[in-house]
Amino acid sequence: MNLVIPEINWSAIGPELTLSITAMVLLLLSVVASPTARRAIPYLSLLGIAFALLLCISLWGKSAYAFNRMVVLDNYALFFKIIFLITTALTVLMSIRYLKEQGYEHGEYYVLILFAAVGMMFMASAADLIIVFLGLETFSLAIYVLAGFFRAQPKSIESSLKYFLLGAFSTGFLLYGIALIYGATGTTNLKGIYEFVSKAPALTDPLLLIGMGLLIVGFGFKVASVPFHMWTPDVYEGAPTSITAFMSVGPKAAGFAAFLRVFLYALSPLQTDWIWILWVLAVLTMTLGNVVAIAQKNIKRMLAYSSIAHAGYILVAMVAADELGTASVLYYMLAYAFMNLGAFGVIILFGRKGEENVNISDYSGMAAKYPLLAAVMAIFMFSLAGIPPTAGFVGKFYIFSAAVKAGYIGLAIIGVLNSALSVYFYLRITVMMYMRSPEKEFAKLEPSPAMVIALIIAVFGTLQIGITPSHYLNLAKQSILALM
Amino acid sequence: MVSLSSYLILSAILFSVGVVGFLLRRNIIVIFMSIELMLNAANLAFVAFSRFLDSMDGQIFVFFVMAVAAAEAVVGLAIIMAMYRVKETVNADEMNLMKW
Repeated sequence: MNLVIPEINWSAIGPELTLSITAMVLLLLSVVASPTARRAIPYLSLLGIAFALLLCISLWGKSAYAFNRMVVLDNYALFFKIIFLITTALTVLMSIRYLKEQGYEHGEYYVLILFAAVGMMFMASAADLIIVFLGLETFSLAIYVLAGFFRAQPKSIESSLKYFLLGAFSTGFLLYGIALIYGATGTTNLKGIYEFVSKAPALTDPLLLIGMGLLIVGFGFKVASVPFHMWTPDVYEGAPTSITAFMSVGPKAAGFAAFLRVFLYALSPLQTDWIWILWVLAVLTMTLGNVVAIAQKNIKRMLAYSSIAHAGYILVAMVAADELGTASVLYYMLAYAFMNLGAFGVIILFGRKGEENVNISDYSGMAAKYPLLAAVMAIFMFSLAGIPPTAGFVGKFYIFSAAVKAGYIGLAIIGVLNSALSVYFYLRITVMMYMRSPEKEFAKLEPSPAMVIALIIAVFGTLQIGITPSHYLNLAKQSILALM
Repeated sequence: MVSLSSYLILSAILFSVGVVGFLLRRNIIVIFMSIELMLNAANLAFVAFSRFLDSMDGQIFVFFVMAVAAAEAVVGLAIIMAMYRVKETVNADEMNLMKW
């Protein structure tokens, strides 16, 4: 028997390896180390993230396959990996004081966040549906646990349970879709699927079409697109706020990373079959997200619906599917990471044990007492609403101009109208902060240095990406060459 | 020899039973079992395709799915346990702290 040893190429998964090893060491440390040494765990995890980030930057521009064409290293994967690492780092920075205040200062929290990041990174660099599935499950399992991390709080555990049941349900659909695509094409390799599908363009194999539909269900769930969004508001409201922040960016970006690679690359010859489905999903997602967000009183729920709406904008860019459209998905994801994490950072800072301040009315009069914090929150709200000169504005501009350029003028008009609608509920918070008198006495805020650093990074990112957009758009354009 | 389509029909039936069970049953443990049934329906489809396409990929995929399903069972049962400690129920209708 002829045994071929596959090429391994460890360096291609350097960032993932770094994070995995860091996570395993920290897991051990959180068990055996003394309580004082355990306080170093968040800082050690930041060290691991920084090292992985450096590796990602040093790998930029290289392209290679690893593990017998299971994993691919290209700029597209690296761009998403950098987004995941920034998200993870900001989440860790925002969590340190929050966990202490809530009395859940356990090392596993950081270990699970790191493992979730590893799963997301594998999902972005998947060259085979097996890796898409494994990456998805790796980060999902970690986040199911993290959502219920405040395990004595009924809301937290309920959100964890809801996320787990619906997440596992959607995994079933994804897996069945993969099985049918495997049956139709005879391979799970994305390149193999692309070659098979492009050879027979007028293909009407029902197995392939049903499989494709099931994949849309599976990915649609992870990126929280309507009608697979039911879990989002409940899970976002109940989970620890730092995990809500992580969840609103990480899994969404990972979902889109794999969604784009599977649909815009492997299944691109079938574009006429799936593009109208995404068109409908984009319209539903944007409209429902924005309309329902207006009625929300809880700020975490409002941001949950806003995150649904943002998934809709990204779907618009996916429908456009040309160079600008795909690049604007990457650009928007980067901008969204900074602005959304920043907004959640302010919510974490403003709330505390016993006085959570999660209602929008709690923000009234905040500017008089904390002018700087209110200004920071206002920047994130302007960016989420898409007001220049922030990153959110440029992102939406790229997305809608890509849609117009690709001939989807109706879709672009619906998108712009939705964006106008969203200004109402984002600016309502700003109005509350600046133009109302406070309803109650605010307790003194003591921001931790880590939180201050996280907010500075988020503000800087939001403004920097918005003021010099062409640089980041060029990086995004370099990244998508692998898909074209 | 049993034909490929009979395997696929069986797997589709199992999958549908899983979906219907997930949507209709109210006991969280039974809902979880329905999810496992969906995963196993996919496994059956994988193995059947693998046999008839004469390729090993599908069978390898099944090993990964089984490992992931085991991990999922661990996490899922732990979450259900934690929830039972707080609320003393496994009825899905009583998961109603948050609604829109």
